[in-house]
Amino acid sequence: MSATGLTIAVPRGALMGGTLDLLDGLGVDTAEVRSNDRRLLFEDAGIVTMRPSDVPTYVEHGAADIGITGKDVLLEAPEREVYELLDLGYGRCEMVVARRSGDDAMGESLRRLGRVRIATKYTRIAAEHFARTGRQVELVAVKGSVELAPLTGMVDGIVDLTATGKTLAENGLEVVEEIVTCTARLIANPVAHKLKAAEIDAVVQALREATS
Amino acid sequence: MIHPIPAGTRDVLPDEMRELRAIDERLRSSFADAGYGEVWTPMVEYEDILNAADWASGSGGSGGVSPPAAFRMFDDQGKVLALRSDMTVPIARVVATRFAESERELRLCYSAHSYRTVGHRTGQQREFLQSGIELIGVPGPEGEAEVVALALSALANAGLARHRIGVGDGALYRRLLEALDVPEDSHRELLACLTRRDMVGLELRVDALGLARDARDLLVELPDLRGGPEVLERGDGPAGEALARLRELYAALEARGIADRVILDLGLVRDLGYYTGAVFELYDPAVGFTLGGGGRYDDLIGRFGGPRPACGIAFDVQRVHIAQTAEEKQR
Repeated sequence: MSATGLTIAVPRGALMGGTLDLLDGLGVDTAEVRSNDRRLLFEDAGIVTMRPSDVPTYVEHGAADIGITGKDVLLEAPEREVYELLDLGYGRCEMVVARRSGDDAMGESLRRLGRVRIATKYTRIAAEHFARTGRQVELVAVKGSVELAPLTGMVDGIVDLTATGKTLAENGLEVVEEIVTCTARLIANPVAHKLKAAEIDAVVQALREATS
Repeated sequence: MIHPIPAGTRDVLPDEMRELRAIDERLRSSFADAGYGEVWTPMVEYEDILNAADWASGSGGSGGVSPPAAFRMFDDQGKVLALRSDMTVPIARVVATRFAESERELRLCYSAHSYRTVGHRTGQQREFLQSGIELIGVPGPEGEAEVVALALSALANAGLARHRIGVGDGALYRRLLEALDVPEDSHRELLACLTRRDMVGLELRVDALGLARDARDLLVELPDLRGGPEVLERGDGPAGEALARLRELYAALEARGIADRVILDLGLVRDLGYYTGAVFELYDPAVGFTLGGGGRYDDLIGRFGGPRPACGIAFDVQRVHIAQTAEEKQR
């Protein structure tokens, strides 16, 4: 068992570095995880690694006691029964609506066709945003590079996550609406939250101090 | 050729059925030995009856509603029927109508299928087998302690060794909001955060209220308090009345020698609106989900007739089975 007495789900990708740095501060030995990017399970350190969108799944099922993932992932999977314990502050991204620079296809589409066509990986967040702002929307779910969709004329705009806006700009897109700011969150399995209360509270306390 | 069955339903084949039946029998024999008589109620009820739970708790419930019916249909008179979403509401109707004259204590149990709406994902059942008890006419900690003790011994009888029970008060946080004069229009949102376990959202919204430091800290920290009797001291303050009730209940559980199985949890809210006091949730360290739960619902039976104090608890039999096999594997 690890230094924390807990199994921790760690996201691969953009959040991984910041997450491992934090875990170092908890006394977890992350050297092996850092030096090996093929292995997924690190029993000695009490770490399992996975793509960020899988973290709530593993935590909900109790395969990990706690985990770290982006708020965007949690907003996209609200039915997952997990505790959201802490805003860790790093991995800051903006969920935005973007369009081809200077091209008002969205407005035109809304006015003349009664709806906008939006490509996104985040269909729930997008649907809620357009519903809340009173606009009818036709969502096109895509898996990869969303920036392509408006360039080909398939859609009027996109909803996507952006950290620096660089990829958007390089593809001739501009941000027109900001939906929500997303940061890394600490989540916990509901049963572990009760049965391993002392261990989880110790982690929350340490992370609160480390990130504030 | 594929012949699908509705999402969230399942066929049970002999190997599983044998084990499932054995667990169900053991739970029921525990209930019977404790003097609980088994009842059946119709699988379909008039929708109005099932909705009675919604107005039982008024605006005060944490979620404010009974579980929504997963299936509705019309009968030949055009009346709306619904499949029951739990057994507590039908049994409240039975108590108020069939036992209207009896003032004495009633001990009822059941093992039956109920139906709920669930998200579209695997593992969640729209049709599920519930086994449980309802204790009517025994108010306060005495009744709650009996229900908790029986729940624990029934699970032990069903083959679990490491199960625990979370005990909280469903009205605690609401009382705290009232005592701290938190504007009423933000109650629902704060309780909703708590119900969906969004502690980050809760803290954000509490901060936005601009309260005095100690009131703010209490609202943020109290729901995190869970563990042994020390949490009752740490949570003391404006919510003292609810805490006093929990303290009494804990003493009753100690007297029964089962306090070591109990996790006092000041953040525990069940998402059913009809709970008025103590609430329970069942855990096993071998699985990541709850095995069942219950609580005190003193206002519900009064919706169908004379008011009677009552509390109960229900197990999801299939989940108990999963926990039992998981425990077996870890042994």
